[in-house]
Amino acid sequence: MKKILSSMMTLAVVLALTACGGNSNDGGRKAQELSGAGATFPLPFYNVVFENFSQVNGDVVAYGGIGSGGGVRNLRDKIVDFAGSDAFLSDKEMAEMNPVIHIPTCMGAVVVAYNLDGVDELKLSGEVIADIFAGNIKMWNDERLATLNPDVTLPAEAIIPVFRSDGSGTTFVFTDYLTKVSPMWKEKFGAGKSVNFPSGQAAKGNPGVAGVVKQTKNSIGYVGSEYAFAQNIPYAQIQNVRGEFVLPSSASISAAASGVIPADTRCSITNADAAGAYPISTFTWMIIYKEQNYSDRSKEQAVATLDLLQYILSDEVQKITSEVHYAPLPDKAKELSMKNLKAVTFDGEAILQ
Amino acid sequence: MNDKLYKVLLFAVALIMPVVCGGVVYALVTDAYEAFEHFGFLNFLTSSEWSYTEGAEQYGALPFITGTLMTTLLALIFCIPFSLPVALFVGEYFEGTKVAAVLSTVTDLLAGIPSIIYGLWGFYTLRPIIMALNISPQGSGVLTASLVLAIMIIPYAASLSAEFIKMVPNDLKEGAYSLGATRAEVIRKIVFPVAGSGIFSSYILAIGRALGETMTVTMLIGNTNNIPDSITSTGNSMASIIANQFGEADDLRLSSLIAIGLILFLITAAINMVGKIMIKRARIV
Repeated sequence: MKKILSSMMTLAVVLALTACGGNSNDGGRKAQELSGAGATFPLPFYNVVFENFSQVNGDVVAYGGIGSGGGVRNLRDKIVDFAGSDAFLSDKEMAEMNPVIHIPTCMGAVVVAYNLDGVDELKLSGEVIADIFAGNIKMWNDERLATLNPDVTLPAEAIIPVFRSDGSGTTFVFTDYLTKVSPMWKEKFGAGKSVNFPSGQAAKGNPGVAGVVKQTKNSIGYVGSEYAFAQNIPYAQIQNVRGEFVLPSSASISAAASGVIPADTRCSITNADAAGAYPISTFTWMIIYKEQNYSDRSKEQAVATLDLLQYILSDEVQKITSEVHYAPLPDKAKELSMKNLKAVTFDGEAILQ
Repeated sequence: MNDKLYKVLLFAVALIMPVVCGGVVYALVTDAYEAFEHFGFLNFLTSSEWSYTEGAEQYGALPFITGTLMTTLLALIFCIPFSLPVALFVGEYFEGTKVAAVLSTVTDLLAGIPSIIYGLWGFYTLRPIIMALNISPQGSGVLTASLVLAIMIIPYAASLSAEFIKMVPNDLKEGAYSLGATRAEVIRKIVFPVAGSGIFSSYILAIGRALGETMTVTMLIGNTNNIPDSITSTGNSMASIIANQFGEADDLRLSSLIAIGLILFLITAAINMVGKIMIKRARIV
């Protein structure tokens, strides 16, 4: 059933490709229509990038913000050119599919947004956040919150944690952080795209959580930085390994990636031990197959996919990241990615020279 | 000859519906099989665990069956005091008048509003009211979802009930009046008993509508995967858990979601069937 569906979708994509085309770009190949799906977290950034890319190259990119897991599943079913994901694939997931490569596209942060009357500065530590979401800290005027925020009067109201109802890379990054800072969290809940949060309420997607937090007094929720910003909701300063309270910003997110990055760029940079680093930072990746000849894709389509990725890694695009509240990739990540892209093949032959 | 061709064509087209229906059931059953096999059918129905922990995944449908039944039942309770008067107004007291025509058009209009609009209204208008009244701190929950659901199903219950109330034979009513019955007595002693099973069936059909409502419930119920412990607490309905999680789900979780879909399909089909049978009986009377 699933196979029939995916082959039908592939057929539709192929038909759409043969139907369009026409205006060729400067590279001499026909303009392509690329499709990708995945994380909603980098969606605002991708929207800008894809728009610019189509103006530069004539290639149209259709990206469905269906969540990281959904994107990876579409890639596994071979119905998209790339998947967007905030969580890198585990070794086990990698083993279950053909070889893939991860290309980081930008960096972002998960912010802890809150809705408290008259409070515009809130300081939190990782352990306190874990206890709030685990339901151990129930009231805003809890002693531990008061100790962190001596200058702020917190109300004697119940805390309403807001989390994601759908599986999500954002949840993965957030719980990955909590797992690192709180042994209690690690034991009881762990890290994952879906986690059994014991209290509060849930909403679908980053916009959903941001909307609920904005609309609900005394609530606290985790969202992609861009969404908290767009909804104009205040977010907390979070204590990093060095004891500094840091607000998410392009600089503090970039600082989190100053450590060692492995060759395949698959690494978690939450709770990074670096000065000025925002502790809930992450790379977000595009994932593509190493062998680009699958599901009747043309070589031109494969070339277009690589063009897109190279375009995203270019300085010109990386500059846009901070304008839309993400952070640029460190040079090391770009270098590694360019090297990884050279390993991508079509029918066994490297596409880039 | 032409007539024969026409007949064959018609038959072929008519066949499509049962085939589609059968196909839906087949797909649901085959895809849900993994979950039923892994957890056991009864265990799946009665387990209240919905836990993602890799390797020890545990999925049970009970919280969502409870959520669906709670919202539907509450919606039904909230809907009766509004839909029954409307039905009586349109079908008995002001039958055939302009006011009744306007009222029934407006009620029917409610049925045409897309559920996302109800959801938005519930989220931005009703939820803050619930919070302001201190009914629940987070605003969303079973109660909020049920209130909006109630409004959504009023037109279904009201217009169908009105039809059945109109169908009550005039001779019966006139007979009662001639015996000196008041209007209230006529309604209690003649209209309700005669139109009763019809009215009942219209509520059954309204329930059928409330059971599967997805968007509104997803926006308002709070989406937590546990059995709601009171009507103001958050939960998840069968439709909303599917809407929330199918995008990221695979393997066992996907199969479990489809199994929930199958159960929802069966419950809805059974309720609609009961409604249809009741309507048929009502017509005979």
